Amino acid sequence: MSDVRFGMAIDTRTCVGCAACVIGCKTENATAPEFSRDWIYTLLEGEYPDVRMTIRSERCNHCEDAPCVTVCPTGSSHYGPGGTVQVNPDKCSGCKACITACPYDARHIDPRSGAADKCTFCMHRLESGITTTSCQEICPTQSIYFGDLNDPDSKISRALATREAYVLKPDAGTSPKHFYLK
Amino acid sequence: MNEITSTRHNHLIDPTMHVWGWEIPLYLFLGGVVAGVMILTGIRFLRGQGREPSPALALMPWVAPIAISVGMFFLWLDLEHPFNAWRFYLTFKLTSPMSWGAWILLGVYPASILLAWVGTPERHKARIGRWVARIALLRRIEGWAKNNTVFLARLNIVMGAALGIYTGVLLGTMAARPLWNSALLGPLFLVSGLSTGAAFMLLFGLSDDERRSLSRADMGLIAIELGLLGLWMMGLATGGSAAQGALAVILGGPYTAAFWTLVVALGLLAPLAGEWLEYKHGALPGRGTAVLVLLGGFALRWILVFAGQATGWVTEIAMR
Ligand code: SF4
Ligand code: SF4
Repeated sequence: MSDVRFGMAIDTRTCVGCAACVIGCKTENATAPEFSRDWIYTLLEGEYPDVRMTIRSERCNHCEDAPCVTVCPTGSSHYGPGGTVQVNPDKCSGCKACITACPYDARHIDPRSGAADKCTFCMHRLESGITTTSCQEICPTQSIYFGDLNDPDSKISRALATREAYVLKPDAGTSPKHFYLK
Repeated sequence: MNEITSTRHNHLIDPTMHVWGWEIPLYLFLGGVVAGVMILTGIRFLRGQGREPSPALALMPWVAPIAISVGMFFLWLDLEHPFNAWRFYLTFKLTSPMSWGAWILLGVYPASILLAWVGTPERHKARIGRWVARIALLRRIEGWAKNNTVFLARLNIVMGAALGIYTGVLLGTMAARPLWNSALLGPLFLVSGLSTGAAFMLLFGLSDDERRSLSRADMGLIAIELGLLGLWMMGLATGGSAAQGALAVILGGPYTAAFWTLVVALGLLAPLAGEWLEYKHGALPGRGTAVLVLLGGFALRWILVFAGQATGWVTEIAMR
């Protein structure tokens, strides 16, 4: 996976905020009770009848320049295969520096292990040859694009090449690999 | 009207982050006191050659290894996976202030213990002294230390400065938390550490001259600290919207009263006025002002750690 650069994009026009991705992730990754690695963010603007709503499925952005990796004193938070950002729970001390360093509050401590926890882009699936993430698989409106940003023919690269997209908090300087299609 | 809803409700992350509890400010405070004591006792060794220190001052360097151990215990308590703490010492991460800190803490011990040992009057060494004399390796180390007190004093100054600065840089490098994200936090915590270190020393039975010179130094340190606090706030006030939003938590927001009364009024201005009045009237510096300085130094770290976690980047909400 050396020349692969995994990324994700959410189609904010078709995402209805049903939170199936949240449940899908919970089931697939067996996250701790009452904790989740992905979530639905809803922004409602304006006064009735002139209102607009933005719905986003959010998770760790697998930043290119990830402050969580920069601050980790043990090397537990690291850049993994395909340019993803991963946590090695065996090395984690639970110092929580990565949690305060993440501008997106995308991390938490898994109380069962005491280690930092967050979205892995379903690395266990990718490594076993499954090319989708569980949130992508379960999404009833197929609003989640996932794939290789380095491959110009991948579905995500095409979507990003033909549609306008944004990342969250670009001025935090993290270069996210998680996009939102307008 | 903007209305935001999120399905995320991760414990200690939402609605506002609170992953670092009381252990961290307590550790940062003790780290600051230790930094101050190491630097001040190091300077005392360099400048006071030939002059006999008071018994309390001679034993003062022992504060460093003891207080840092207490502080590290609190730091350890804060770890969610405490039995992986040894992992800090399997690697050195250049980009991680916490990694720097772990190694600095390790350096504090030999530097401060050796200086404390050579400064301890023979009559106090008693049984441990006989023990040292019996073990060849310890005897050699003791001999080396006695011949290198100037080096050791300088090493204590350097290690103390590194410790004091790192406790601020640890927070200051977090771009995600705009209230902390200032290069001034390093010098601010160092100066505050020196001031609380001086105050801590004033709690003990020092000689009159020693009290006076520490109290005079503390006046200057408090003045510098006030200046640094002002510059830090100016940086936030003239920064981007995230920085301005962060400053609002101590200018009208939930931490306003605590910050201005506990840190600025009671922790800095009151002891500064007290020390100045004592100086003006030739009175001996008392312990009251010292206690205020210590409480103020603790309040500064307590409020910064808690308020800083509550700040973040909010600018993106309306992005389309
Ligand atoms: S979103 Fe947060 S946790 Fe994920 S890579 Fe970026 S900084 Fe790290
Ligand atoms: S909590 Fe774990 S992963 Fe996060 S910075 Fe500390 S050691 Fe690294």
